[in-house]
Amino acid sequence: MLIYTLKRLGLAFVVLIAVSLISFMLLRVSGDPAISLAGEGASNEEIEFVRANYGFDRPLIIQYFEWAGRAIRGDFGNSPYLNQPVALMLKERMGVTMILGISALSFAMLLSIPLGMLAAIRPNTWIDRVALSISVMGQAMPSFWFGLILIIFFGVKLRWLPISGSDTWQHFVMPTIALGYYATPAIMRLVRSGMMEVLASDHIRTARAKGLRWPKILFKHTLRNAIIPVVAVAAVQLGFMLGGSIVIESIFALNGLGNLAWVSISRSDLPVVQAIVLFLSTIYIFLTFMGDLLNAFLDPRIRSN
Amino acid sequence: MKKNYLGFLSVPLFMLICLSCFLPQAFADKKNDTLNIAFSKELETLDRYFNTAREGIVISRHAYDNLLYRDPVTYEYKGLLAKSFKWNSDTEMEIVLRQGVKFHNGQELTADDVAYTLNFAANPDNKVKTQRYSDWIDHVEKTGTYSVKIMLKKPFPAAFEFLSGANPIYPKAYYSKVGVNGFGVAPIGTGPYKITEVIPGKKVVMEKNDNYFKDSPKGQPTIGKIVWRTLPEINTQMAELMTGSLDWIYLVPPDQAEKLAKMSNLTVTPAETMRIGYLQFDATNRSGKEHGMDNPYAKLGVRQAINHAINRDSIAKNLIGGQSRSVYSACFPSQFGCEQDVAQYEYNPVKAKKLLADAGYPNGFETTLYGYRNRSFAEAMIGDLAAVGIKAKLMIMKYSALREKARAGKAQMQFLTWGSYSINDVSAITSHFFEFEADDLAMDPMVKDWLVEADSSIDTPKRKELYSKALKRIADQAYWAPMFTYVSNNCYSKDLNFTPYPDAVPRFFQATWK
Repeated sequence: MLIYTLKRLGLAFVVLIAVSLISFMLLRVSGDPAISLAGEGASNEEIEFVRANYGFDRPLIIQYFEWAGRAIRGDFGNSPYLNQPVALMLKERMGVTMILGISALSFAMLLSIPLGMLAAIRPNTWIDRVALSISVMGQAMPSFWFGLILIIFFGVKLRWLPISGSDTWQHFVMPTIALGYYATPAIMRLVRSGMMEVLASDHIRTARAKGLRWPKILFKHTLRNAIIPVVAVAAVQLGFMLGGSIVIESIFALNGLGNLAWVSISRSDLPVVQAIVLFLSTIYIFLTFMGDLLNAFLDPRIRSN
Repeated sequence: MKKNYLGFLSVPLFMLICLSCFLPQAFADKKNDTLNIAFSKELETLDRYFNTAREGIVISRHAYDNLLYRDPVTYEYKGLLAKSFKWNSDTEMEIVLRQGVKFHNGQELTADDVAYTLNFAANPDNKVKTQRYSDWIDHVEKTGTYSVKIMLKKPFPAAFEFLSGANPIYPKAYYSKVGVNGFGVAPIGTGPYKITEVIPGKKVVMEKNDNYFKDSPKGQPTIGKIVWRTLPEINTQMAELMTGSLDWIYLVPPDQAEKLAKMSNLTVTPAETMRIGYLQFDATNRSGKEHGMDNPYAKLGVRQAINHAINRDSIAKNLIGGQSRSVYSACFPSQFGCEQDVAQYEYNPVKAKKLLADAGYPNGFETTLYGYRNRSFAEAMIGDLAAVGIKAKLMIMKYSALREKARAGKAQMQFLTWGSYSINDVSAITSHFFEFEADDLAMDPMVKDWLVEADSSIDTPKRKELYSKALKRIADQAYWAPMFTYVSNNCYSKDLNFTPYPDAVPRFFQATWK
């Protein structure tokens, strides 16, 4: 287990460095940040001034190592656009994104686990088909479109929910559904197959033969066993949701990291974009790493391979 | 068993019922005397000298005052903080200030504040982002408690325009105490609204300045409070407007504005803005000389053919809508010096084909049209170009990337737009692009000389004549293909009296509730 852990940890570091390097280079080649920062119609002199002032005139690799060296110490520099420390900006916006990610994951679990159970109890029936359809619809619909549909229905027509902002818990209801619904199919299918496997096992047959009540068999003996791999998948899904909240935060005007990433890209605020990419990818890599460890802990075959 | 299924389903149903019972309804805020508005862009700072966005101009007009005021209807210059103003010579302007004007913190405005602010803005060491608005000022001298002299580096006829459109006056004591960063989040001015709350990235709250000086040409504010929210998505803005959570939005796409206009609680007012769209060609053949590219645009006939090939009227009418109109001169029609009697290339594909054939391209050619916004407009142009044999590939890029490419001499035909910073003078557009600066792809010495002379002359008829010559030459040589004016669709609550103006700067201090 120790060797496996060290191997996965090493791989996680390599991925992290690769992500930071690729994102750094891609951002630099997507357009001259000095031109963007200098503003529309800036003269060559003004652009040169910005370029020299922010160090964009140095070789890319030197810029990267300087940035990476500071980033390791938690110093992401200052936003040239807002003239604020990037670390502080991330700290201020992180809360909204975390709330959204966790609530979306909770919603996905609340929806997919019962649906998966229903489908597993009555496989290949209309109940199974309906449960599958409900969850697959979540993945089929683009989240920006689903978000707008929610806005039209619950915000504009029914006026039950506020449309934008992050002032109260009500503001998170629609973004949570829009983001969480997308993750439903993966979890639902895992619950369904896990439940079906456990329901067919000998100990469940024994439990039924002993005359145990069905809810007890279902929740205590079946779900508890079937849900363990779901936890690992859920951890990865959380990372995906944190990164995937860019569109949702933009639509619902949530003042989180996703929204900050979006506006920072449009105004070429490179230090902010780089810091967000690094932060979100670190979380994603960490959660994937934890998911791998959990899977390995539960399944010795993974460790031995 | 069936009871268990219902149990699972009852959870989300119960949640929905709970939500419907407890969640608040949205209301328009006329009864709270609060105007809720939204803009797409977050301002980096509320200090006008350190932001270049249109939103910054809007905030500036509400929180601060300038020395002069340009009437948005008559374009006449009036004294705002200035009681009187006059030229003493070509390079010296005398300003007498109003007395009794108070900043939002109660301090009285004096000549010290004016001299401090303008000297600060004109000093390159302070690295203000809006240097082009103030770099014509050499220095400002205080000549009395309520009077100053503005000394110019050289004659600058657009000085009144820049003193009215830019260069707001700040309180010296407060600004020097809190610094640029402090002022950016807690600004103080003399304007009709005072800023009472700033949450970066979310909202700015402004409250009516009850002590606003009575004889201001801006008029007196009537709406008690303005809540300005940052909502990046136009669809979200529209939804909030429909529910009454917002009272005003603008820059709504024409197709969406049409739908909003059908709603009984909303008014849609399309208003022409100073922004124009145009095609710019590599007439100097930089792409050929520096990069060895085949450049058809070096030939006058090709440039004229493209001017004839594109149906400006159709794009203006069908894609932009409202008051959008075709333009043929390289400026916005209301701008001082914007000569309209120039060569007009009417839509005529047959003539375009002939011009192409005469230029050596009887079968047209393949090219790339670069742009950074309004894909649908560019696609319409590509359709028109295809009809005369020019097969153009559309390349939409980020603004910074396009500019980099253009300034490197690699973009032969670009679809660009220019808003002139709402400055009603040709020097804010034509002079910017035809005086051998980085964005000049014509490099015509005659045009440059006329423009430079016009820019520094305070003889109005002479200026007009020089600009006229330059614009006629630009049209004759078809250095640009000026296309159309842009329209801003202002969508707002029926409860609101609101008047938009061509400078696309909303004036909420003139708005009232019905």
